[in-house]
Amino acid sequence: MLLQLNNVEVRYGPIRALRDVSLAVDQGEIVALLGANGAGKSTTLRTISGLVRPVSGTVFFDGKPIQRVPSHDVVALGIGHVPEGRRIFPMMTVLENLEMGAYLHRGNFSENLTRVFSLFPVLAERRKQDGGTLSGGEQQMLAIARSLMSSPRLLLFDEPSMGLAPMFVKTIFQIIREIRDEGTTILLVEQNASQALHLADRAYVLENGSIVMADRADVLLQDPRVRAAYLGEGAA
Amino acid sequence: MCFTQNFWSFFIGGIANGFLYALIALGYTLVYGVLQLINFAHSEVFMSGGFAGYFVVNAVIGQSSPHGLASVGLIVLGTAAGAVGGAVVAYLLERVAYRPLRRRKAPRLAFLISAIGASYFLYNLAGKEFGRNGYSLPFLYPFQTGVTVFGTGIQTYWVVIAIAAMIMLVLLDRIVAATRLGRGIRAVAQDAETASLMGVNIDRVIAQTFILGGILGGAAGFLFGLSSGVVYSMGFTPALKAFTAAVLGGIGNIRGAVLGGLVLGVAENMGVICAPTEWRDVVAFGILVAVLIIRPTGILGERLGRSA
Repeated sequence: MLLQLNNVEVRYGPIRALRDVSLAVDQGEIVALLGANGAGKSTTLRTISGLVRPVSGTVFFDGKPIQRVPSHDVVALGIGHVPEGRRIFPMMTVLENLEMGAYLHRGNFSENLTRVFSLFPVLAERRKQDGGTLSGGEQQMLAIARSLMSSPRLLLFDEPSMGLAPMFVKTIFQIIREIRDEGTTILLVEQNASQALHLADRAYVLENGSIVMADRADVLLQDPRVRAAYLGEGAA
Repeated sequence: MCFTQNFWSFFIGGIANGFLYALIALGYTLVYGVLQLINFAHSEVFMSGGFAGYFVVNAVIGQSSPHGLASVGLIVLGTAAGAVGGAVVAYLLERVAYRPLRRRKAPRLAFLISAIGASYFLYNLAGKEFGRNGYSLPFLYPFQTGVTVFGTGIQTYWVVIAIAAMIMLVLLDRIVAATRLGRGIRAVAQDAETASLMGVNIDRVIAQTFILGGILGGAAGFLFGLSSGVVYSMGFTPALKAFTAAVLGGIGNIRGAVLGGLVLGVAENMGVICAPTEWRDVVAFGILVAVLIIRPTGILGERLGRSA
């Protein structure tokens, strides 16, 4: 397993945000994390990235425990994070944003730049423009491109389709598949459960900080409880 | 008439003062950019730079009376010593007065109290160690105190300040705009958490920011000391005015700090062309109040993490 969480518990003050969460992601997989708002999806990703410290449990990446590694060292291990709400640096140019993505990986900068520009030609056109002036969809592309600049082995996506026009959503999901096909493993948090399940190999469902279901994506797509709760079908 | 007669002299003197304010103001604005915190102990960073420059220059100069290139070298040496002294004190402030509070996620008010406490500590420590009386720096200029250009008296130290400040401002601009360190500072100012996801060590960038501000403020301390001498209490008024300049230009805004410093330096001098000089500080702070009433975010507005 490339990534493994064992019995992870996270607290925000008195609130238990994650309880006894265990999950695993294998090399080359796309794994989706589904659940309602506040179920703990983002917290799971933030725990992996070191932005949040679990009070108990372990996070293994490539066989090594990383739950105490500070966030600025996690990216050096090979974990990229495309944060919720894109979080591009608004007053830096597109190129500078990409340079930030390569902050610790300066070796193959031009190769990675060529790669993300071929993946997102619009970013090449706008390389001198401030990040804050891009449209929402372009900002999402920039956030993804930025994360690719560190040549990650595992990429965490937090709500990549949020607030985007349907046309962009399709593009983003295609890109995620492409990134996986080029060898990067993906853990994806997504509100849009139907899209996510069509893309993913496997999925976990979080409720109130606990994992309540885990299965292959095509199985979950047929599951009546999933259909009722997350795919917007009234009758179970 | 006093106005036309004195205009250029007061104007150029104001520019020189303004450059000093700008150097100090950048320390406030850089730190504010990454921490949203006013480092009220920055006045003591300025004072420390003044003393560091004074001691080094005095040690080197001995009994000789320098002239020509030697005096230029001494000014450069003193400025560098002031920069190092300021950087060391600024770094220690961050480690001792601020970082422990950040670790404990202390409320904003605690940072303010810590800043004031650290400031008073350094102020009184310097007063105890160096005495309450000021020291004059040895006379360092390659030529006389001033020259007359088109009938306007220009003091040598104005020129020294302006040249030194411009060199440092250009260097700072290049560092912030075009180096990895500068990108780190801007990234932390714009979105610290995301910067850490990119591999930026936030604590290290904050320390580097304090050091950069300390270099500029400490160098300014020595340059100020060239004309006014050094004393434990020297930081109070210039730093308060520099803080004013930073707010005037738009706190967090690098270009704003420079503009604010120059505007303040010139304006306070303009206000006393035909009036007793005791009016200078009244004018300076009057300007601050007036600008903030009309434009609460300063002349150029608040702007965190802009390259220039």
